[in-house]
Formats: sequence, structure tokens, C-alpha cells
Amino acid sequence: MSKHEWPLYEVFIRSKSGLSHRHAGSVHAADDEMALTNARDTYTRRKEGVSIWVVRSDQIVASDPAETSAFFEPAEDKIYRHPTFYEIPDEVENL
Amino acid sequence: MTPDAALIRYVTRLGDNSLILGQRMIELVAASPELEEELANANFALDYIGQARMLYTYAGEREGRGRGEDDFAFLRPEHEYRNLLLVEQPNGHFGDSTVRAVLFESFYVLLLDALTRCGDEGLAGIAARAVKEVRYHLKHSSQWLVRLGDGTEESHARTQQSLNDLWRYTGEMFASDDIDKIMRDEFDGPDLNVVAEQWRKAVAAIVSAATLELPEDGWMASGGKDGRHTEHFGFLLADLQYMQRTYPGATW
Repeated sequence: MSKHEWPLYEVFIRSKSGLSHRHAGSVHAADDEMALTNARDTYTRRKEGVSIWVVRSDQIVASDPAETSAFFEPAEDKIYRHPTFYEIPDEVENL
Repeated sequence: MTPDAALIRYVTRLGDNSLILGQRMIELVAASPELEEELANANFALDYIGQARMLYTYAGEREGRGRGEDDFAFLRPEHEYRNLLLVEQPNGHFGDSTVRAVLFESFYVLLLDALTRCGDEGLAGIAARAVKEVRYHLKHSSQWLVRLGDGTEESHARTQQSLNDLWRYTGEMFASDDIDKIMRDEFDGPDLNVVAEQWRKAVAAIVSAATLELPEDGWMASGGKDGRHTEHFGFLLADLQYMQRTYPGATW
């Protein structure tokens, strides 16, 4: 009998309310529901999260590493796009 | 039997269910079909062992004779364990373990839920904590039952066989004895008739989603609640108790 690999899912976890989901890793799973429970059992055993997203890895559209120069280098010398000329009030968190 | 003595035995019995099922699941460590399933199974096993620890510790406190969790877990003979026969059944193949989990957890989640409202504060507190864990276990196990039942021809046939084989151990869960009655009358504990009705509905729904057939209620095995076990139990206990029996009081 041939062994079919289960598809790969990428796991994103929100560590607490107010923060955004961050990539935590990946899991194998036979279906969406299993991906969610596998992600829960693999990545939130130590109270790492309050919310989980999973998405099939083959559904993610990713930038091409060969195109790095066209994609990212033009932003390198545009310092005026950074909001570094403002004073940030102390009350603002997570910026 | 005084109400207090019944409560202690009731709590110990709950602890026995958790410990023995946890031990069975620990036997599966390093044998899961996938890494993710491996982690899930080990986590769940430890949830059950954790519940057993809380329950035994509490039973020991109420008893007031200086017995701790280890005395309950490691130093009792076979007939003093009062777990359901269902939880001591061997792991078999993955379908067997899955069916065992679904049948027990769908009962246990209802029982724990009722116990969160019982008159004994200590037990209600433990139940409130445990019910959250078991709710998740049940979600996991019933999803697997659906996958296996509604999977291939072979997985369907084998899982149906597991269900037929284990069905005879479900009657015992609802057979109310003196301890259950005292628990209900004196401590506002679960009504096993009500639990049975809810359980049947819940299991019927999962089994039907899995495209399997509910077995007929035939002869039902019993004895676990009185300390009379199936032949598998002695081997399980030998494994569980070996270290404490060979090196009494050993710690590391």
C-alpha cells in the first residue's frame, strides 16, 4: 500500500487579544478540522494562544525569491516612508 | 454506608477511570500514525493522569488516613480498582482506541458537567476543570470516528466491528449502584438515567455522522464498579505498579 502524505498546513497563532496572528509553524493534516486540532495540540500546549488560523500551504501565494531585488530593494532608500519623524505618545503600545 | 464514605469511594472510582484510561493511552506513546496525533494522544493521556492525581489527592484528604495520590495509584490490589471495564480494554487497532474514546468521553463529559453542579464543592471544582479537557478530547475522538467510519471500505468495516465489540461495555456506565444513589441523594449528583438518555442521543449523532450503525443492546458486561475486572487488567496493573512494588518509595 502506498503511503500518501497528508497535506501541509501553515499555522498562525494570536498570542493575546489585540495582537495579530503570527506564523508559528506547520502541521500535516488530512482535512481542515484536523489541521486546526493538530495545530492546537502542537503549538498551544503551553498557553501560547487565544486564536488559531490554519491554511493549506499550497493555497498561499508567495513572492518569488528570485525577484527580491525588484520587490524589495526599491524601498531601501525611501526613508521618508518611515513614521520616524513623529513623537510617539507613551500610551501607544505594540507599535 | 455513610454519605462521606460513599463520596470518597465515588471520587476514587472517578480517579480510577482517569488513571486506567490514561495508562492505556500512554501505552500508545511512540506508536501513533502521525507526529501530530502522537502529541495529541500524549497530551490527552497526561490530562487523564492529571485528573486522577487531583481526584486521588482529594479522596485521600477527605478520608483523612494519610493516603496520598501514589498510595491510590500504585499500592492497591486489583479488586480495589473500581474503574469501568470499558477503559481497561486493550488499545487494539486505531479504530478500537478511537471507539473506546468516543464511547467513554461522550459519557464522561456529561457526567462531569453534572458534577460541576453537585453539592460537594471540592469535587465540583475538579469536575469544572476536567470537563474542559474532556470536551476537547471528545471533539478530537469523534472527528476521528467520522473520518474512519466515513473513510474507506476497510476503515468503515473495521470501525463498525470495534463499535460492535465494545458496545457490551457501555451498559455499566449507567447501572446505578449504592454509591451512585447516595451521591445523587446526598450530594445532588448526576442522575444516571438522564445521563444515559443524553448519552444515547449524543452517540447516535456521532455514529450516524460516521455512517456507522448503532449496535443492538444485547448482553452487557459489568463488574468494574465492584472491582471485578476483565482478564486484561492484571497485565495493565503489573506494568503500572512494577516500579513502586519493586522499589517501594522510590523517587527521582
